[in-house]
Amino acid sequence: MTVTVMLVDDSKLARIVAGKTLAALQPDWVRIEASNADEALQVMGSQSVDIAILDFNMPGRDGLELAAELRQSNPQMPIAIITANIQDEIIARARAVNATFVSKPVTEEGLSGFISGAALRLKQARS
Amino acid sequence: MSVDLNLDDLERDALTEVVNIGVSRAAASLRKMVGRQVLLSVPAVEIVTRRAAASLIGQRESEDLVAIHQDFQGAFSGRALLIFPETKSMELVRSVLGEDVGPEDLPELESEALAETGNVILNNCLGTMANMLQQSLQMSLPSVMRGNGEQIFSRPDGNGEDFALVLFLYINFTIQDRNIRGYIAMLMDLPSLSALKLLIADFIERVTADAE
Repeated sequence: MTVTVMLVDDSKLARIVAGKTLAALQPDWVRIEASNADEALQVMGSQSVDIAILDFNMPGRDGLELAAELRQSNPQMPIAIITANIQDEIIARARAVNATFVSKPVTEEGLSGFISGAALRLKQARS
Repeated sequence: MSVDLNLDDLERDALTEVVNIGVSRAAASLRKMVGRQVLLSVPAVEIVTRRAAASLIGQRESEDLVAIHQDFQGAFSGRALLIFPETKSMELVRSVLGEDVGPEDLPELESEALAETGNVILNNCLGTMANMLQQSLQMSLPSVMRGNGEQIFSRPDGNGEDFALVLFLYINFTIQDRNIRGYIAMLMDLPSLSALKLLIADFIERVTADAE
């Protein structure tokens, strides 16, 4: 099964790191990148995306605002919010949009819980 | 010695990301101290004169500023500052100290509370950055100063040279429901910038190793 993951981060370096981590965990998954919320919505409009991994602190709309928008048309999509900003309110907002909180810097260990959960959910949805 | 001032796009990006992670951790500890959410801007990284750095903050603030600063030394050195408009600093102290402290005790505790808050925030931020760059930094004790932007950003040794270029990193934050806003800033001189550039290059290599 082909799984497409969208990585959204304004930092190119952060996208490289997240992409590398993802590749180590799921080498066959297709990765596409966007550098802000608008680009991400364009990507979503032009192709099918199974999983979204969003940076929190971005210029323009932040990752949680983007997650809320994505959630409206994709109620089941696994979404992760990546940030070093572990304030209670941010964790609560991530929960409210049913997104998983992943701490930055991204490591295989930190991302693996979200990725294996997402893989399982996709498998169930497709079976 | 000639110093290559240019950071290429990926280096600037990496430096911004390291600052972002440092400041985000610092915001999480400030949140614990004040019990309210701390909202952060996206960090800015500029190579400017001290005078221009001062006016970047000065343009946004009409009143005098209070700054808690700590100098750091190691592979790169410079000064980190937590800056508030003067009228907001007392608000911050009130938030940090909570309801238990009566108004009559506030002035006495103000400097101490500011220094301690600065210490937590700046150490958290610099410590995270140092760890990510695999360096250790020695931090001076915090001290509190008051003045306008130019006074706050003047050279630590008091010499002139406000036209010399510095690496200026800053982020602004607000504290929800408290009408408090401020800045976290870092100033580094040019020899530090060239050292930092090498560390950033190592960092990029390390975190992108084996990436496609």
